[in-house]
Amino acid sequence: MQWDIVIGLEIHVQLATKTKIFSGSSTAFGAEPNTQASAVDLAMPGTLPVPNEQAFRYAVMFGLAVNAEIGRRSVFDRKNYFYPDLPKGYQTTQLDHPIVGPGFVDVDLADGSSKRVRIHHAHLEEDAGKSLHEDFHGMTGIDLNRAGTPLIEIVTEPDMNSAEEAVAFAKKLHSLVSSIGICDGDMSQGSLRFDVNISLKRKGSDELGTRTETKNLNSFRFMEQAIAHEVERQMDILEDGGRIIQETRLYNGERDESRSMRSKEEANDYRYFPCPDLLPVVIDDAFIESARDLLPELPDERKARFKKRYGLNDYDARLLSDDARMATFFEETASHGKDAKLAANWVLGEFSARLNADDKTVVQAPITGKQLGQLVARIADNTVSSSGAKKVFEALWNGDGGNADAIIEAQGLKQVSDTGALEQMVDEVLAGMPDQVAQYQQETDPKKQKKMLGGFMGPLMKASKGQGNPKLFNEILLKKLNH
Amino acid sequence: MHNKSVAELSRELESGKISSVELTREFLDRIKAEDGQYNSFITVTEDQAMADAKAADEQRAAGKAGVWTGVPFAHKDIFCTKGVATTAGSKMLANFVPPYDATVTANFRAAGAVCLGKTNMDEFAMGSSNESSFFGPVTNPWGLANGEKRVPGGSSGGSATAIAARLVPAATATDTGGSIRQPAALCGITGLKPTYGRVSRYGMIAFASSLDQGGTMARTAEDNALMLNVMAGFDQKDSTCVDRAVPDYTATLNEPLKGLRIGLPKEYFSDQLSPAMEQQVRNAVKEYEKLGATVKEVSLPHAKLAIAAYYVIAPAEASANLSRFDGVRYGYRCEDPQDLNDLYTRTRAEGFGGEVKRRILVGTYALSAGYFDAYYLKAQKVRRLIQQDFINAFKEVDVLMSPVSPSPAFVQGEKTSDPVTMYLEDIFTIAVNLAGVPAMSVPAGFVDGLPVGLQIIGNYFEEARLLNAAHQFQQVTDWHQKLPQ
Repeated sequence: MQWDIVIGLEIHVQLATKTKIFSGSSTAFGAEPNTQASAVDLAMPGTLPVPNEQAFRYAVMFGLAVNAEIGRRSVFDRKNYFYPDLPKGYQTTQLDHPIVGPGFVDVDLADGSSKRVRIHHAHLEEDAGKSLHEDFHGMTGIDLNRAGTPLIEIVTEPDMNSAEEAVAFAKKLHSLVSSIGICDGDMSQGSLRFDVNISLKRKGSDELGTRTETKNLNSFRFMEQAIAHEVERQMDILEDGGRIIQETRLYNGERDESRSMRSKEEANDYRYFPCPDLLPVVIDDAFIESARDLLPELPDERKARFKKRYGLNDYDARLLSDDARMATFFEETASHGKDAKLAANWVLGEFSARLNADDKTVVQAPITGKQLGQLVARIADNTVSSSGAKKVFEALWNGDGGNADAIIEAQGLKQVSDTGALEQMVDEVLAGMPDQVAQYQQETDPKKQKKMLGGFMGPLMKASKGQGNPKLFNEILLKKLNH
Repeated sequence: MHNKSVAELSRELESGKISSVELTREFLDRIKAEDGQYNSFITVTEDQAMADAKAADEQRAAGKAGVWTGVPFAHKDIFCTKGVATTAGSKMLANFVPPYDATVTANFRAAGAVCLGKTNMDEFAMGSSNESSFFGPVTNPWGLANGEKRVPGGSSGGSATAIAARLVPAATATDTGGSIRQPAALCGITGLKPTYGRVSRYGMIAFASSLDQGGTMARTAEDNALMLNVMAGFDQKDSTCVDRAVPDYTATLNEPLKGLRIGLPKEYFSDQLSPAMEQQVRNAVKEYEKLGATVKEVSLPHAKLAIAAYYVIAPAEASANLSRFDGVRYGYRCEDPQDLNDLYTRTRAEGFGGEVKRRILVGTYALSAGYFDAYYLKAQKVRRLIQQDFINAFKEVDVLMSPVSPSPAFVQGEKTSDPVTMYLEDIFTIAVNLAGVPAMSVPAGFVDGLPVGLQIIGNYFEEARLLNAAHQFQQVTDWHQKLPQ
């Protein structure tokens, strides 16, 4: 039996506003428990919610970044259930009139293809507090610092068909919300949380299977594992002739196990109704335009610009444009380096390799784009050979020397590119190797000829004390040998 | 002094004939001596009141006194008062001391008024007789002389009684389905429910968010105007509050009423009203005609749907608003909870009274899957029709007049066996809350020796017109000055 995997994601994104969505309490991470919970957050009698304008601004920015319709009149609803980390006994969320409508995100996959994942909608809601089940002698500790933090919940259509696609989308979404500045992107702090809905259907069939939801995955690695695990679990059941129960599951990444979270008896009827303490929020054109003005260049726009402006291929453009800081570094390099393609090669090659080796991010790099760009310029104008350039790079990285010119000077790496001088050297060397010259000129196989050329390089480099420009030597040799 | 109005007391204090300390002492002594028979106060804040009175006298000496400086009053125990128990008439909050003031509370503090305590009320404002309070029922001063323990009306029964018994000259109150107007009528005092959104709900313990409104109670229209000057206004902390200038409600009390167009909704003068009650109300309307007003019959065609719509919407909102009372962060908690479920079920079973539980269950049902469309959604649609009736009526007339309640104060226990009989007490008042328009109850006569009120309903934000109409009526009648024995 062949199965198609059908995946949809729900992502909770904590918005990086200074204060909570309905109260003025701080959203700063890491405070002592219950020190960032006001009377409103504690749901004390008579307290009332007041919506945070910045949360709306960030939500609209998100909508614009995913090509979505903006909800011009959005309504808050009460989702009713009892739990100690939900002080009011209801969560204020949005059901039928969310702030962001249908949109889409295009995701680049490893094989170079592009996948469009549709966004069904995104809505604003308040986060609950935290329940801590250890350290309290059998009781549960409730920390309400997080209660009331603004979230957007992003719901996709079930457009993904593999763990690879789901993870690629998740990474793109993470990069997007971080780069437009609405979320700090720190998944270890729970700034993004992923719920994965998975079902299987018979290959080629249109009929969707029953789906399960796996909640609260906060790393890409766990997401990938959880999907693989659930797909296997469902496949086993279906191949045995069983049926999938629609349920919520929790995945334990350490042990690669999952368990059912909610049984049927405890299924909640949330009794949604519009919150009578909050008015519908009307978004006008001016608000949308001011949100648009706050958007930085989006990764897709930047990729297109890099291809056009710097003549980069799709692959290189994507790698350089995805992350805002890498993109900035590259552009700095290219502006000083003059040769954009060469700059791209060095940023994606030597520079990135060194970052990985030293376990640094581009922000932590010990050299600037300007420094690398100046080196690139010296390669482009033949001042230094590629082997010489590597030495310069090393020196720059280690902080000796300050700039490319100074290092080239100090280490005597300047190539001789004076063609006159080089010609003279070639003449002298060729004169001293008449047998090899004759062999070369009598050889008919171009491949063998090419190899023979290498034989002249050694003496030439020796004659030039290693400073001869090898490219030019090559050209001059060919000219003299072939005429 | 205790028979004087706020306006009169303010002048007495201004003239120096009496100090706030003396005045406050007098009222506190009266409460101590008399309230045993009424039970109109849940908490009396004697020490704080005397301290506030002293501070008020110092303000006056420094030349900084306003009209409310040093004047005693009380808050319905639904307004959070920082550092003072705020119970909403419930065991669930019997131990709750808020660390914050309601905006209404803060406003009166800033005005220099002296709060004597928190008045009794139906539990969580759910009731029309003040018989459901955890702190015991309130007894109406009217009828006691005949040995009858009658209800003062509800839910603001404590405030109404305290004023009628001259224990305070004024008290704050709230009205969700008639809870200011009906007790005002049953106790022979004057009360006003402002337009929805006129007074901030911040710190006012919520029953039904889209219907609740804080308002005024005193013996005269003028006093109500003085109170509304303090209570009304925009508040950032309440998203449903309206940002609209507050006029001086006392400035227009004496505008002549000539040309005032009065409408009498025919649906409110039907066979549900006893002839005796109807007569009192029609007599009152005749006084208005003498003052130069014109009267015509109008119609509120959807009036008969109001009780049904209200008793779906209000409990639905209440069922969510009262979910926060769970024994976790404040308020009552059951003893030795075994697990989370036990904590919730016993805390709420023990902490809430019968009427509150009834309404939470009704509200939960009306919102539940499969019933939402038929009940909650349908009721909201009906609500819009009811609102439209008022909008249409106000195209033809300036104010509407009607009875406030179907009967005068009934005896305690008379209506508690059947909740629906109690709900019908609100039959003339409830549509007003659904529409959000302002309305007053003004003493207008007596039936069987018990007070009867006249309801005056105005268009949105026309509180000044209502107070003017009530004040002019009180210039030519003296129902509002009658004292229970």
